[in-house]
Amino acid sequence: MKLITLAHGNGGEENNELIEGIFYKYLKNDYLKKSEDASLIEGGKLAFTTDSFTISPLFFSGGDIGKLSVCGTCNDLAMMGAKPKYVTLAMIIEEGFEVSVLDEIVKSIKKELEICGAVVVAGDTKVVPRGSVDRLFINTSGVGVMQLEGISASNLAVGDAIVVSRDIGTHGAAIYANREGIDITSTLKSDCASLWPMVEALKDARIKPKEMRDATRGGLAAVLNEWAKASNICIEIDEEKIPVCSEVKGICELLGFEPSALANEGTFVLALDPNDVDEAIKVLKTFSQNKMCSCIGKVTDEYTKKVVLSSEWGTKRFLDMPTGELLPRIC
Amino acid sequence: MPQKELDLFKAFRNPEHMKALAKLIKQESKTKIRLMEVCGGHTHTIMKYGIPQILPDTIEFVHGPGCPVCIMPKERIDHAYVLSQQPDVIMVTLGDMIKVPGSHGSLQDARSKGADVRFVYSPLDTLKIAKDNPEKKVIFFAIGFETTTPMTAALIDQVIKHDLKNIFFHINHVTVPEVMEVLLQSEECLIDAFIGPSHVSVITGSKIYDQFPKKYHKPVVVTGFEPIDVMEGILMIVRQVNEKRADLENQYKRSVSYEGNIVAQDLINKYFDQRELFKWRGLGNIPKSGLKLKDEFSYLDAEKIYDKVLPKEEINDHKLCICGDILKGVAKPTDCKVFGKACKPSSPIGSCMVSSEGACAAYYKYGGVL
Amino acid sequence: MCLSIPSKVVEIDENNMATVDTMGVKRQVTLDLIGESVEVGEYVLIHVGFAMNKISTEEAEESIRLYEEIIEQMNSGQIDEDEGDMGYASKRT
Repeated sequence: MKLITLAHGNGGEENNELIEGIFYKYLKNDYLKKSEDASLIEGGKLAFTTDSFTISPLFFSGGDIGKLSVCGTCNDLAMMGAKPKYVTLAMIIEEGFEVSVLDEIVKSIKKELEICGAVVVAGDTKVVPRGSVDRLFINTSGVGVMQLEGISASNLAVGDAIVVSRDIGTHGAAIYANREGIDITSTLKSDCASLWPMVEALKDARIKPKEMRDATRGGLAAVLNEWAKASNICIEIDEEKIPVCSEVKGICELLGFEPSALANEGTFVLALDPNDVDEAIKVLKTFSQNKMCSCIGKVTDEYTKKVVLSSEWGTKRFLDMPTGELLPRIC
Repeated sequence: MPQKELDLFKAFRNPEHMKALAKLIKQESKTKIRLMEVCGGHTHTIMKYGIPQILPDTIEFVHGPGCPVCIMPKERIDHAYVLSQQPDVIMVTLGDMIKVPGSHGSLQDARSKGADVRFVYSPLDTLKIAKDNPEKKVIFFAIGFETTTPMTAALIDQVIKHDLKNIFFHINHVTVPEVMEVLLQSEECLIDAFIGPSHVSVITGSKIYDQFPKKYHKPVVVTGFEPIDVMEGILMIVRQVNEKRADLENQYKRSVSYEGNIVAQDLINKYFDQRELFKWRGLGNIPKSGLKLKDEFSYLDAEKIYDKVLPKEEINDHKLCICGDILKGVAKPTDCKVFGKACKPSSPIGSCMVSSEGACAAYYKYGGVL
Repeated sequence: MCLSIPSKVVEIDENNMATVDTMGVKRQVTLDLIGESVEVGEYVLIHVGFAMNKISTEEAEESIRLYEEIIEQMNSGQIDEDEGDMGYASKRT
């Protein structure tokens, strides 16, 4: 009997097996087939998406589950070039949950919605017996109005530049560091943030990204691999140009992780016409968290459907889709 | 103002130094050398930093059996699985051990079926789990080479000192010199020299490799894990071969001494005895290559306490799997019929695909094509 | 095998536990396995929550000096620049 393991929810290879093997088997259609962050509906005027949020601890350095549940869904819309507008909010709460904590979380939801310019238009609450969920699970769905047309994972072409909006891996590293038993202390904050204001700024500067994606579960590695497959191209990255802050490097050294496989909640990757790169970086750097925004590589046709990392001494290797549950390497 | 601080990471990943060492090796290397890096940590460095790409064709790597997760035979993983199913048991182990499949599945699978399986970063974290769950029996599934054995011993020390009644041990510690010896004794063995493990040697000292230059005339250079360390280690081996020497040398002087860490060695000797035999996945039974708890501590030994429920039958390695040959240097992962097809990191068949440091997993992840 | 990380000791408490710093993140490790005295500011190698040895910074610096020397010799022509073909792929960007 095959069972679902935690690896099936990692945003990487096993996760994809589940999508292909079960969900697509019954539900595949023209919308899902595109495998984008959000689907375009109503003749491409609207974008629609959904996401669920389970995180322990509920409050973490740089955010909380409420902020996360807004950012997650609204960022999926923003990445399609859609301005987030309407959001639904469903909560599954474990009995015994503190009302004051819920108050705190919903307050945080309100604050983040204001940053995105979206409102909650429908909601649902379920309370379940103790032990049925880990304190609080949230699902949000969102509808956005398209502002930037033609963004797609199948758009990448040879010569395009790859830009990442900020240093990677802070969310995954910060959450992991706080896990019981890991007990690493740092000043590291999750990157959890709404991306629509940044996309809007790019639009105002008349920059037309060919593709954008927030590097959530599976991290930068998952995004680049999905693009390489969807566009049937090769992405070549200069490893030393990938922005990683010292604390994330430290946590990766300690636990044997790769920064490129760590989750982000407010970091996105862009594929751009090379002529747009300087301007795009300039625009993104006006946001204080994006100081390390940089161009990390380009699209080629050398090894199609693959992502290649080049070292400073001229060697290369493939960067694969992350697999398995993220576990500290002891060896 | 403070002096510029020594950055022990950057210092040993400096691209200029990498290039310079690559050039020297290229200039000096005249004869073909088959190098075994015994340790999985070195395999990881070699693949991650693309080291074969900057070396001349004369240098060929044979990736060794030095990953304690990979070499764990199915029999032992089945023990862990069965133990996790016993009433009131919390099964504890380190990191990526929980994803290695035995014949019923991995500890991860056991967990998804309801068993209480936890991984810890440090063996000492087991103490807290035991204190928080006084009504449970906490079994520490101990794995690792000489590097990690003292940490298990330190946990045993704490259990005895504080007279904790609910922590037990399933010991799977293995040792490096015995497996090196077995590889060298094999008639088909093609290994010319060894890159000696970094952190095993921190504990044991480089003295454990004395016999290999002396008895088998194979150079051994104890080498650090950073890419520059590996490059310098290779250069030292090239020079030994050119000068027709077979010596024990130490590239990793900043951390390894000849005698090693005596406190740690004493702790190992206090609690552990050699097993007559320990089975290695892909290599079979190797005499004296594993450790067990001393008889006087059998009250802590989960293998003895749960003897009645633990399976005893031998399990043969998959017939298409050629891990044994890969470990002897006779074959490469890409020579294997199931490599990258039936055998992948998400569904490993042989030991070398199991952990990210196994030779096959490293090939799968980092190239082979490149 | 045996992931172990160089880290700097920033604090030592009365239980022989050290707070170590690895690239700006901190963790507590026990010094119980180290036979010699360890001072704040020294480097240790840590493995699964234990410091396993003191790292000799003199030896580390000695290694770095050796690599610098190799480069100097190359630049001054003592090691023949042209004898070996560099062989690695030239950088692409």
